[in-house]
Amino acid sequence: MKIGRGEIFAGRALLLLLMTFTLLPFISIFLTALHPSGSVPGGLDWPTDPQWGNFVEAFKVANMSTLIVSSVRIVLMVVPIALVISTMAGFAIGMLRIPGSSLLLLLFVFGLTLPFQGIIIPIYTLERALHIYNTKFAIALPLIALYMPFSVFWMRAHFVNIPVEISEAARVDGATTWDLFRRIHLPLAQAPIASLGILMSIWTWNQFLLALVLVEDPNQRTMAGALGAFQGHYATNVPLLCAGTIIILVPTLLVFVLFQRQIIKALLQGAVKG
Amino acid sequence: MYAVFVLVPFILTIVYSFHRWNGVGPMTWVGLKNYITVFQVPDLLGTIGNAFWLVVWFSFIPVGLGLVVASVINRVATGRFGEISRVVLFLPYIIALVAAGIIWGWLLSLSGLVNQILTAVGLGSITRAWLGDFNWALSAVGVIGIWVLLGFCTVLLSTAMSKVDPSLYEAARIDGSNWINEFFNITVPLLKQEIGVCLTVTVIFALATFDIVYVATAGGPGNATSVPGLQIYILAFSQRNIGLASALAVLLMLLVVVIIFPIQRLNKETY
Repeated sequence: MKIGRGEIFAGRALLLLLMTFTLLPFISIFLTALHPSGSVPGGLDWPTDPQWGNFVEAFKVANMSTLIVSSVRIVLMVVPIALVISTMAGFAIGMLRIPGSSLLLLLFVFGLTLPFQGIIIPIYTLERALHIYNTKFAIALPLIALYMPFSVFWMRAHFVNIPVEISEAARVDGATTWDLFRRIHLPLAQAPIASLGILMSIWTWNQFLLALVLVEDPNQRTMAGALGAFQGHYATNVPLLCAGTIIILVPTLLVFVLFQRQIIKALLQGAVKG
Repeated sequence: MYAVFVLVPFILTIVYSFHRWNGVGPMTWVGLKNYITVFQVPDLLGTIGNAFWLVVWFSFIPVGLGLVVASVINRVATGRFGEISRVVLFLPYIIALVAAGIIWGWLLSLSGLVNQILTAVGLGSITRAWLGDFNWALSAVGVIGIWVLLGFCTVLLSTAMSKVDPSLYEAARIDGSNWINEFFNITVPLLKQEIGVCLTVTVIFALATFDIVYVATAGGPGNATSVPGLQIYILAFSQRNIGLASALAVLLMLLVVVIIFPIQRLNKETY
């Protein structure tokens, strides 16, 4: 295929321009975070005397160590439980084709289009009634439920594509359904389960609305929820705010860079199948 | 035994959908009053109008631009450069939306990067606090949406494009077709389904925006950038008007269905 030089040049220039548009905001907050705390620098001013201490200060004033513990705890509660439930449900719907599978699936599809805000009020009142409001379960329990549509869909998509012959062969050898699941299909499903786990961890980390509504104490929230509170306190101290934002971004970005192939693939497949 | 494990998510789903409808429950005794209020109070109706305007920014622009960028990647940057640009463009989609809101709140402020660039290119006269300006704030929020969603659309569409049979393009090129011809006659028609997916995801995103607006503008100035997602929060949790908030929530969900349904139908018909 022959493509004109001018066209290649124009195309690459467009890509570079858009990459700049994407990256400049990150560079801007990074440079800003290095300015003296409390000052108001320009958007891309080079800090004459980089204040690395801002990161330390933001870490301290925002109680980051408590927050990281609390976020990690929420992630550790949500992700394993959601994975177990959705894998089993996906197995039942996609592989066993239990009666009513299509109805179940339809219910989940419906859940996929549902905006969080639509159900946040009942969640709140329900949590009050159940006395889990403001506890460490407050964010975790609804999150598990909210992840179900996507994750069941996702796991079903995996199981549907596994040849039935594998199960049939195992059945002939006398495997029970549980054996089938535990010994054969679970090991085969490792890759999609891992991707789903990574995705859900990131989503949990980034979850804002639930954290804001369901937990009053910012220290018990997820990282993103805490960032909201942090912004409230330090809205005028731009360098410190930027430093805090970066601290919260770094783990997500690290995970993304490490697993970008799986994450992108997972998100795309999830979207297309949804 | 499996039934039990299947029932768990099933019940969760019931609880889930039950929530949604029961959310309307407390207001049944006032009949349709809350809905009437939504339609009568300009500020509330305005949030829905704002949501529609954001659909343009969050959905149409990223999908349109994403198509162009994806086709550029697939045509002139198939190698490492294209790979890098896909990953870079995808970055904003992965970060917390709150962080996106904070970052852009700063970029769009009076001394922020946007104004700095405008001044540098000689447009100093139009600099302003973008998010504080009645006429510009909503569009400024829209730009944040483009930033977040462009990469997602681009990557999704470019993945789909790489599956298109290259011989189609080769044949077109032998016939002397240029990029624009190829784009409208091959790429767009073949990617209808993926474009539909992109539109669905981004429309839901636009209508349900909360984090970005809450952090960047809190709905202000006045109600210029208030969206249903934010208004529901304010009504329910600061004004304690649960009934009205729920009415708005139901309307929001209806809106999503009403907009998504034709897109999905269009998809089904073409395939």
